[in-house]
Amino acid sequence: MSNKLIDIVNVSKSFDENVVLDKLNLYIRENEFLTLLGPSGCGKTTLLRILGGFETPDSGEIIFNGQNINAIPPNKRQLNTVFQKYALFSHMTIADNIAFGLKIKGKSKNYIEDKIRYALKLVNLEGFEHRTPDSLSGGQQQRIAIARAIVNEPKVLLLDEPLGALDLKLRQDMQYELIRLKNELGITFVYVTHDQEEALTMSDTIVVMNQGYIQQIGTPEDIYNEPQNAFVADFIGESNIISSTMVEDKVVKMLGATWECVDVGFGKMRPVDAVLRPEDIVLVKPGEGVIDGVVTNIIFKGVHYEMDVLANNYELLVHSTSMYPVGTEVGITVDPFNIQIMKKPESEDAEAVGIEE
Amino acid sequence: MKNKRLLSGPYLFWAIAFIIIPLVMIFYYGLTNNNGQFTFSNLARMTTPENLKALGLALLISLISTVICLLLAYPLAMILSEKNVSQTGFMALIFILPMWMNFLLRTLAWQTLLEKNGVINSLLNLLHLPELAIINTPYAVALGMVYNFLPFMILPIYNVLSRIDKDVINAARDLGANNLQTFLKIILPLSVPGIISGITMVFVPSLTTFVISDLLGGSKILLIGNVIEQEFKQGSNWHVGSGLSIVLMLFIIASMALIAKYDKDGEGSMF
Repeated sequence: MSNKLIDIVNVSKSFDENVVLDKLNLYIRENEFLTLLGPSGCGKTTLLRILGGFETPDSGEIIFNGQNINAIPPNKRQLNTVFQKYALFSHMTIADNIAFGLKIKGKSKNYIEDKIRYALKLVNLEGFEHRTPDSLSGGQQQRIAIARAIVNEPKVLLLDEPLGALDLKLRQDMQYELIRLKNELGITFVYVTHDQEEALTMSDTIVVMNQGYIQQIGTPEDIYNEPQNAFVADFIGESNIISSTMVEDKVVKMLGATWECVDVGFGKMRPVDAVLRPEDIVLVKPGEGVIDGVVTNIIFKGVHYEMDVLANNYELLVHSTSMYPVGTEVGITVDPFNIQIMKKPESEDAEAVGIEE
Repeated sequence: MKNKRLLSGPYLFWAIAFIIIPLVMIFYYGLTNNNGQFTFSNLARMTTPENLKALGLALLISLISTVICLLLAYPLAMILSEKNVSQTGFMALIFILPMWMNFLLRTLAWQTLLEKNGVINSLLNLLHLPELAIINTPYAVALGMVYNFLPFMILPIYNVLSRIDKDVINAARDLGANNLQTFLKIILPLSVPGIISGITMVFVPSLTTFVISDLLGGSKILLIGNVIEQEFKQGSNWHVGSGLSIVLMLFIIASMALIAKYDKDGEGSMF
């Protein structure tokens, strides 16, 4: 991919005694849609605010286009932010909101009018120039906030959980809007969210964060299919994390049986965690699978049934399009390719500690 | 439903007994003469040279006091709104504390301080500095107004400022505005409702006061409030006193309407 645009080097930040970011390293490439994903309090918003210039890091450097921008105030940075609660100027019309940055820069009247029209068209809100923010719905306000930021032609657009306050349907629509916008504008998006589905849908790169550390960086496919630790596996999608033993390369002992897998390099007879995605578990007739189990619970979810299957004292979460009534005995099998093996954390704390690339 | 209506009883009684009836009485007295005949002559008494002078002086002093209050209160309210709550509590307390003391006592205290042989002048004498001779001048009256009404300017402005979303200010900075531009284009316009209620709460009592001008202006400073007071008490002429009150009331309503109109043009809303 293209060049590094932002380089975050050894950035730490604490509020009082509370360490929010600890020696964090990350780079963001040009034209990338990068998502910072993690539970609340993981430091993702703080990192975004540091990029925007609203917080100063205690130590470390923010390099933008080869220059250290630690000391540059927000109004001098070539990036714009879309705030969580939109932060529109309620005393101005929509047109004045969008024109704000351009007027400050002293652009000509014609240029500003063209830009307003262009931006409103881009966010599908043509003809809203003379409305006030109060008269708009949440989704419309959000789109105006985006329009207000992008007319300034920033190199990077920072988005702080911009869809958090919208209802599900609108949120999904806006996700596609954002992808379209990003492709049309060709600028870098840094997106903060705690919603893993949002992250998987939109991102080129996902950065999973927890307790101020980066847990994993990768494409949505990497993150989903090959989580590097239990936190990532648990946070992204639903999963069964099973304590197992790596017998040798490509052989794992779990749930009291020996399974074929594709992972290598963990050594012999090493304790590991195995991740099974619920949709990767295949239910067959009893005796035809690797192990047998009993369905203990079933819920209809629309596209699939969600079932609990008890096998060797472990309750597996299974997604299947076929329906098995509670009490049915089933055989369980998994494609070797779909068994993901992870190193066990050395201790409780190690779970949160960063895995640097 | 019926019970709910009963609950409003005390307020209804209050409104009728202490607001409606007195207003009706003022209008009755204001619009009749001693013989009970309808007349506008009481209202016209405002146009006598002495009364016009008193009204003009009252307007001038209360305007100046309001402006001084605004200039003092705004920066303070900004500082307060930027602090976190625990610090604010203490600082706000310091500025509101005087309000817990009687208004008359506070004004009397200023009289004692400012008197020719008062506390301030004694101190100045001690330091061989020139005496301060502002007692019984419009300056002393304005000082008294500013001192007494400042909290009423601080509180509404502080309220409005502290409710402005910090991210709105951040957004302005993010879009390229420096601190001054952010203040002029975002913070100031958004705080207009607070400024207007502050102005109302300082300007109206300043315009109508007679206590402050009595105590700090001696008998030399005659404001419209003093004129009305004298009509009621010394002249025992309720008709003229009520007439002047009505004119003053109309005056205040008109100026509030003017502010409200300006406010509508310049964003924010109060009325």
